[in-house]
Amino acid sequence: MNKPLLQLYITGLTPRSERAIANLKQICEEELRGRCEMVIIDVLERPQLAEDERILVTPTLIRPLPLPPRRVIGDLSDRRKVLLELDLLSFIKPEN
Amino acid sequence: METKKTNQIEKLETGIAGFDFISNGGLPKSRVTLISGSAGSAKTIFAAQFLVEGIRQAGEGGVFITLEESPEDIRKNMAGFGWDIEGWERDDKWAFVDASFQPGEEMTVTGSYDFGALLARIEHAVLKVDAKRVVIDSMGAIFTRIADAITVRHELFRITQALKRMDVTAVLTAECAEDYGEISRYGVEEFVADNVMILRNVLEEEKRRRTIEILKFRGTSHQKGEFPFTVLSGEGIIVIPLAEAQLEQKSSNIRITSGNQELDELCGGGFFRDSIILVSGATGTGKTLMTAEFITGGVKHHESCLLFAFEESREQLVRNARGWGMNFEQMEQDGKLKVVCVYPETIGLEDHLVRMKREIKEFKPNRVAVDSLSALERGSTIKGFREFVISLTSFIKHEEIAGLFTATTASLMGGTSITETHISTITDSIILLRYVEVLGEMKRGLTVLKMRGSMHNKDIREFNIDHGGMHIGHPFRNVSGILAGNPQHLAPGELDRLRDLFSES
Repeated sequence: MNKPLLQLYITGLTPRSERAIANLKQICEEELRGRCEMVIIDVLERPQLAEDERILVTPTLIRPLPLPPRRVIGDLSDRRKVLLELDLLSFIKPEN
Repeated sequence: METKKTNQIEKLETGIAGFDFISNGGLPKSRVTLISGSAGSAKTIFAAQFLVEGIRQAGEGGVFITLEESPEDIRKNMAGFGWDIEGWERDDKWAFVDASFQPGEEMTVTGSYDFGALLARIEHAVLKVDAKRVVIDSMGAIFTRIADAITVRHELFRITQALKRMDVTAVLTAECAEDYGEISRYGVEEFVADNVMILRNVLEEEKRRRTIEILKFRGTSHQKGEFPFTVLSGEGIIVIPLAEAQLEQKSSNIRITSGNQELDELCGGGFFRDSIILVSGATGTGKTLMTAEFITGGVKHHESCLLFAFEESREQLVRNARGWGMNFEQMEQDGKLKVVCVYPETIGLEDHLVRMKREIKEFKPNRVAVDSLSALERGSTIKGFREFVISLTSFIKHEEIAGLFTATTASLMGGTSITETHISTITDSIILLRYVEVLGEMKRGLTVLKMRGSMHNKDIREFNIDHGGMHIGHPFRNVSGILAGNPQHLAPGELDRLRDLFSES
């Protein structure tokens, strides 16, 4: 349970979406040492999923587990906020 | 010849009662209309009803984008109007896009973003139910959740542009702080400025009064000014246009009986068939009796009558009528009469109006009597009352039936009532009933003050009331100052002297 699932919602492959994907990859590799599972969901292809998850703006990053789920919006360029808000650092602590 | 292509803006009939009249045919089609209003001004109801009537009357699908209340709350709140939203959702006629705020969905911003997801969801929902109508309720809610107002404004503009492209007619609601002030908080009107409507819920003399005003429809026409509306359970919003018929009523020369032969003679042969008659008098002068005679006279001529009684209960009315030799119960059993007794204070004036119109439409009477208008006036503002009377009279005239209203004057001996001053210009005939004090005795006097379109007798006649009803007698020959409320008895000798003054012999 120390491999967090991260769901990134985007709307089409816009420059902003690509930036968010790149930022997420970086966070995954550099901060979590590759220990994370990334899922990228394009709202244009899965609108019902966006409806169910009540996604309002994109990019939105959701960490569904553990409960309660956490989410941030934006292209993830503020890395510190992403780590803090999704409480990602707790996932790598036990390793040390 | 080539057919000319007109670029005129089409309208979409909303189906909301009365609204299509004041908007000259509905909302501008394939455009976005902003509805602004203070808290509790029925914005959400209007928005929801816009979708409901589309489904019911035109079979058009609708999408409700909620930024404030949860769909569950909306379903529940609107069920009171008899709207089965859940059923329509099952039938793919109604779709929610739920963008309401829920705890745990605080938005921490980590970089730039846009509302692409919301837009994608809206497009998805529009396609799903083949929507022609879209509602966003309410714009203000999103500003409270996302601090970056510039982005929000920009994104909302993008959404409204997208709605136009989707060829849907859209209604956006926005909250404003005051009924008469800025159109909306957050300046939403800046980017949906084509069409703006305002709903108001104003406190006037301790009464709430709802009005709707179309501020502008770019490129197309609408009625100007504020129109009252009411919200009825089981129905929703009903807008009350002041005068739908706008003085286009035909007027006939057909005379009908007042129910009293002497009064008919005073009026030059009876009332006109589609006229409004006002009977004014102090309490106890015989207004209700005149109403009863009006009804009985109609029933005798095989006309059907509708009586709205706001002062007495059915039992009292029936008993009093029996005292004058009239059997209301029998008339009701024969289907010739319907008596509707309502306490004036139970509901607002707009609701009274809507109900009265409905009764008239259902019963289809030849005559309508209202006893009394003054009772209705008690529970309303002056403006509201005037609108009520104009609307009711124009409706009655439009239906081409005779209407008799009574009004109570404040003082016993004369003077006018407030009711009278408001509506005397609207009515075709006015009959005054007055107390006259003659040598220490109270007598009753009657005069026909006005009879539009006909000659009438100008005497002030004495009348008395017995078990056979009203009996109009001779003119008061030796009293003057009756209408001024200051009767002066003239000695017969003086009368003779005056007559002699002008006689030739």
